[in-house]
Amino acid sequence: MGAGRPLLVITAGCSGIMFAEFLQYLFSGMTIGATYALVGLGFAIIYNASHVINFAQGEFVMIGGMATVFLIHIGLPLPVAILGAVALAVVTGLALEKLAVEPARNADVVTLIIITIGASIFLRGLAQVLWGKEFFALPAFSGNDPIHLGGATLLPQSLWVLGITLAIVVALAWFFKYTLIGKAILATACNADAAKMMGINTQFILFISFGLSALLGAVAGIIVAPITLTSYDVGIMLGLKGFVAAVLGGLGSAVGAIVGGLLLGIIEAMAAGYISSDYKDAVPFVIILLILFFLPSGLFGARGTERV
Amino acid sequence: MLKSLFTRGAMLAVCAVSLLSPALADDAIKIGSFLSATGPASFLGDPELKTLQLYIDKLNAEGGLLGKKVELIHYDDAGDAEKARTFVKRLLDNDKVSLIIGGTTTGTTMAAIPLVERAKIPFISLAGGIDIIDPVKKWVFKTPQTDRMAAAKIMEDMKKRGYTKIALLSETSGFGRSGREQTLKVAPEYGIDIVLDETYGPKDTDMTAQLTKIKNTEGVQAVFVFGFGQGPAIVTKNYAQLGITLPLYQSHGVASNSYIDLAGDAAQGVLISASALLITDDLPADDVQKTVLVNYKKDYETAFKAPVSTFGAYAYDGLMLAVNAIKKAGSTDPSKVRDAIEQTEGYVGATGVVNMSPKDHMGLDLTAFRILEIKDGGWVLIQ
Repeated sequence: MGAGRPLLVITAGCSGIMFAEFLQYLFSGMTIGATYALVGLGFAIIYNASHVINFAQGEFVMIGGMATVFLIHIGLPLPVAILGAVALAVVTGLALEKLAVEPARNADVVTLIIITIGASIFLRGLAQVLWGKEFFALPAFSGNDPIHLGGATLLPQSLWVLGITLAIVVALAWFFKYTLIGKAILATACNADAAKMMGINTQFILFISFGLSALLGAVAGIIVAPITLTSYDVGIMLGLKGFVAAVLGGLGSAVGAIVGGLLLGIIEAMAAGYISSDYKDAVPFVIILLILFFLPSGLFGARGTERV
Repeated sequence: MLKSLFTRGAMLAVCAVSLLSPALADDAIKIGSFLSATGPASFLGDPELKTLQLYIDKLNAEGGLLGKKVELIHYDDAGDAEKARTFVKRLLDNDKVSLIIGGTTTGTTMAAIPLVERAKIPFISLAGGIDIIDPVKKWVFKTPQTDRMAAAKIMEDMKKRGYTKIALLSETSGFGRSGREQTLKVAPEYGIDIVLDETYGPKDTDMTAQLTKIKNTEGVQAVFVFGFGQGPAIVTKNYAQLGITLPLYQSHGVASNSYIDLAGDAAQGVLISASALLITDDLPADDVQKTVLVNYKKDYETAFKAPVSTFGAYAYDGLMLAVNAIKKAGSTDPSKVRDAIEQTEGYVGATGVVNMSPKDHMGLDLTAFRILEIKDGGWVLIQ
């Protein structure tokens, strides 16, 4: 079904249209890819602190979007609602670590992972009861008038997504490089035992990591909600794609999560545009299989001590 | 000692209740139901269940049916066909219901069909798929319009406006898949050529890639989207973002106000095929469905303080068809009730006017769909 179509485009379209088309796929891919990157970063941070893959990461995304919708609904202005929603997600992340992960700190990693799966089902159920089962739209931060660029169109919200993602990445880099807590997180990621001997409270680092990745997830959930809509179960797919992004880039690597996320988004959009929209969702998973076969530690994962 | 006395007392009480209740229930007419009141199809199943409960309570308050109380036995299948099968078995074997109204989705309905056919109990489905009644199954009926009718109604409108080359964008869910198949089948009958056939996933969050392809395809005169839930709303937003000016048609899968809320200004000018319920207040007074719709809307909205949906209307029609048939049969004898449902003629329902026959176990025609246009955040009837 899809095999003949790219040819048709190549023969029928002049190069101008082709470029505009390519640009459109690129914009779409980068926007959605940036959110995968933020979710992937959240996975990486917790993985580094504890080798746990936090499957409740997607729920932080959901809480970000849904809580913002709710706070706007009760009459708060958008910026206040966003801050409130991020705060709620961070508190949820910290509570999750304190109440569910920490009591089981001596259990194996697999047990901890299962705990996070349980927590994600619990959070999703809670959201369903509290906020209902419908989809909600968040108003765009600065209007819906598309920006025309090289024959393609871009929503102002896409610029917000890309801009905020960039700002967060820069802020994180600064945080890890110049703050004591950031350095302690890095040390724990490199070698938890050695970090402990140097007087770093690794349990506290894990606590902070949950708060930090909840923050990243919530921000991702809020900035895409005007484009993709939000609902109580939006975290399943975004969480999964974020996980794929993290693995693609090499679990535990921050640069890897960002590149992996962007790459995943762009590949998806290109696949839908040039191959077939029917097989678009299969493409990322085929890629992840290839990566696991040929580059088991991901694109950026092999550097051992330089992780995060 | 005290504790064991207490437990024994409690057990006795439980026994007493369980002994009593069948005796009580034997006197009642038992209507069985399995709906997807929770899960992904809950926005269909929830209003369906509420409607059944509302009108059965009403029926009982007015003295019941054939002098007996009507009892609703309901199980929530959460959209899972496997669960639906188990619950239907329980309705038939343990609860011994006289009739089943249910099956929110085509999947859960299809799971129930072999069981009701074997048990020879009338079953009125609330799902859209044409496979439910085509080929005709002796004990199975349905109230919603089929997806083939939805496609046909849209094609009829396109033909009227002179569009012959269209692009189809369908969802890869059961609803969208079936809609795509029916559209491909029906289009040639109206002389319409589908020049581009694209899909998107039910959980997709961006459809600009597919729409860019449609935008850059020569000769496309209109676009038809077949899906439900949030997907069509995102398509609509992307459509506006890309500045596509072709007429956009949507299926009855988005026929609710939440679609307008989600898509916002981008929904302006979108054409959809939908039940008349959406425009109850604006229907001309001489419209045959006007009274039924006004009453249903008033009953539902006063009882639940929530807007009516077309899905609840399917349940309303299902229950009314059953009640009328039981009245006509004068008993709950399954084969008499079945015959009475099959003989339904001129029943004016919330979905459309129903004329059943041994060859047609749905009994609706294309008038059960109206073409509506979205204007300034509301629906306008296109004559």
